[in-house]
Amino acid sequence: MAIRLRGASIGYGDVPILRDADLTVQRGEAVAVLGSNGSGKTTLVRGVLGLASVLSGVVEVLGHPVGHRGERGRVGYVPQRHTVSGAVPATVREVVGVGRLARLGLFGRPRAADRAAVIDAVAAVGLTDRLKDPVAALSGGQQRRVLVARALAAEPDLLIMDEPMAGVDTASQETLARVLAAVSAGGTTLVVVTHEIGALSGVLTRAVVADHGSIAYDGPLAGALPFSTDGHHHRDDQPMPGGPGPGLDQVHLARSPHRAAGGR
Amino acid sequence: MEILDYGFMQRALLASLMVGLVAPAVGIFLVQRRLSLLGDGLGHVALTGVAVGVLTSTAPVGTALIAAVLGAVLIELVRARGRTSGDVALAVLFYGGIAGGVVLLSLAPRGQATNLDAYLFGAITTTSTDDVATFAVITAIVVTVVWLLGQRLYAVSDDEEYARAVGLPVLALNTVLAALVAATVVLSMRVVGLLLISALMIVPSAIAQLLARSFRQALVLACGLGLVVSVSGTAVSYYTSTPSGGTIVLLAIALFLLVTAAVTLRDVTGHRRHRRRAVIHAAHPHDHGDDCGHPAVLHGDHVDYDHDGHLHAPHPTDAGVHYDEHGRHDITESPAGRSGT
Ligand SMILES: Nc1ncnc2c1ncn2[C@@H]1O[C@H](COP(=O)(O)OP(=O)(O)O)[C@@H](O)[C@H]1O
Ligand SMILES: [Mg+2]
Ligand SMILES: [Zn+2]
Ligand SMILES: [Zn+2]
Ligand SMILES: [Zn+2]
Ligand SMILES: [Zn+2]
Repeated sequence: MAIRLRGASIGYGDVPILRDADLTVQRGEAVAVLGSNGSGKTTLVRGVLGLASVLSGVVEVLGHPVGHRGERGRVGYVPQRHTVSGAVPATVREVVGVGRLARLGLFGRPRAADRAAVIDAVAAVGLTDRLKDPVAALSGGQQRRVLVARALAAEPDLLIMDEPMAGVDTASQETLARVLAAVSAGGTTLVVVTHEIGALSGVLTRAVVADHGSIAYDGPLAGALPFSTDGHHHRDDQPMPGGPGPGLDQVHLARSPHRAAGGR
Repeated sequence: MEILDYGFMQRALLASLMVGLVAPAVGIFLVQRRLSLLGDGLGHVALTGVAVGVLTSTAPVGTALIAAVLGAVLIELVRARGRTSGDVALAVLFYGGIAGGVVLLSLAPRGQATNLDAYLFGAITTTSTDDVATFAVITAIVVTVVWLLGQRLYAVSDDEEYARAVGLPVLALNTVLAALVAATVVLSMRVVGLLLISALMIVPSAIAQLLARSFRQALVLACGLGLVVSVSGTAVSYYTSTPSGGTIVLLAIALFLLVTAAVTLRDVTGHRRHRRRAVIHAAHPHDHGDDCGHPAVLHGDHVDYDHDGHLHAPHPTDAGVHYDEHGRHDITESPAGRSGT
């Protein structure tokens, strides 16, 4: 079993955000986590990753209680954050290399296979020609892909992504969908928090919908669509050349005065 | 060279060589972790250790090491508990350490040599042969640990949350880093001084940050720069009869200002050259997007593209997209991206 929650309450400090949740994800499944802003999607995956507190109930990951470090090297994670930020410059290869470290134990040095996994992960997101460039020189969307590559470099059994599509243009969304399809075909369990199923509808088969801190729906993806209304209407009718860029969803951009004053 | 004829100068130069190499090798992780002042805090704690050494007539280097390492472990535990913010914990450490040191030293019997200034700001005449031996051991340990664990320390300093999520031993690695900082602080006791060591950890890294393209490059460069300013500052202080720590730090800061000026000049002239080719903006050769190599930047309520330090705002019109100039900006640190035009 990849993930098991039994009567789990997850939160921050001693304030529960997600309450009394039950959820089982089998190995190899591809699950979308949907729900409006603030419904607890991020809290759910952070609980699974050991980044939010489990206040009661059971949370197991890859067969171990969540605090257990045993199989953690087998987990890949793409946080809900748009850019890579470090004070000191680092190259794409260095950042992605971190994704491989947890598999090497405390003192293990990277071997040829580890270096190859890093190169492959960078290739999978289409950044091979930027391997030796400082990450800060990349665009927001490219930095997002670096973080995806970092997670892929672990060759994870469980891959958790928090809003990987936000602020990424359509072409990159399709690239990401292809990458995830390949990863999923290789047997990796996928858990993807997302607003827009869009390009991922062919990859993810099951949906879990969070609503005000509880799980409101759990079943086939198609059945989840009535639940996934979140006040953010999709703007497919207003294509934005070059994509909206990071840190902003399409609704905000459409409302910006700059855009509204267009047509000069 | 005349300066090498004196035993005390030989020892001082050896000590400065070691601290110059080690301080930036540890400091760069603090810079990355945005915890630059930890070295300062542990320097204050070490002063309490020095005072205990003076009071009990034991070698102050040893007691300072014990105090600093204890302080380092304590502060990581407090931070991990998360109840007190790291900020407050650091402040308590700061003031507690210096207050403890000063009060304890005042209790030392009269006539006992307690040259506070030498501990705080460095003095070239103070390094003993025993000190050099202790420093050599500390240097060997720090260099070995950074060589063995450097990549993990980088991972934890760069993105602690990710490191925790994938199961790296975050608390242990943070504690190791804090202990390395403590050891480095003690290494600084003779030529740099407890109040100034933090500068030697941070400033060379800050310079390297401006010049390097990779973390590894930054680390090597910072160590090289640290070594050069530390040894030359110690030598200069012999001729100028100034405290060695202050001299070293002033030298490092001068270098920092020089490099900052050079990098700024390079960017500005590059920018001006680019401005002259203003045609680019009338008909931009490509649509900015995810893949064009220009970092996207949040500008007020919309997204612009950083075009070598000034902003291009995508602006749809009937004729297609064109780009408005939204002026210079200082949001992203590095306009070093490819110009792409
Ligand atoms: N670090 C935190 N500490 C306290 N409360 C938080 C924290 N992060 C999120 N929350 C709260 O938890 C709720 C759910 O947030 P989140 O899980 O991020 O929702 P979603 O990802 O679905 O948008 C929100 O009300 C938010 O304010
Ligand atoms: Mg979220
Ligand atoms: Zn561009
Ligand atoms: Zn321009
Ligand atoms: Zn315009
Ligand atoms: Zn703008």
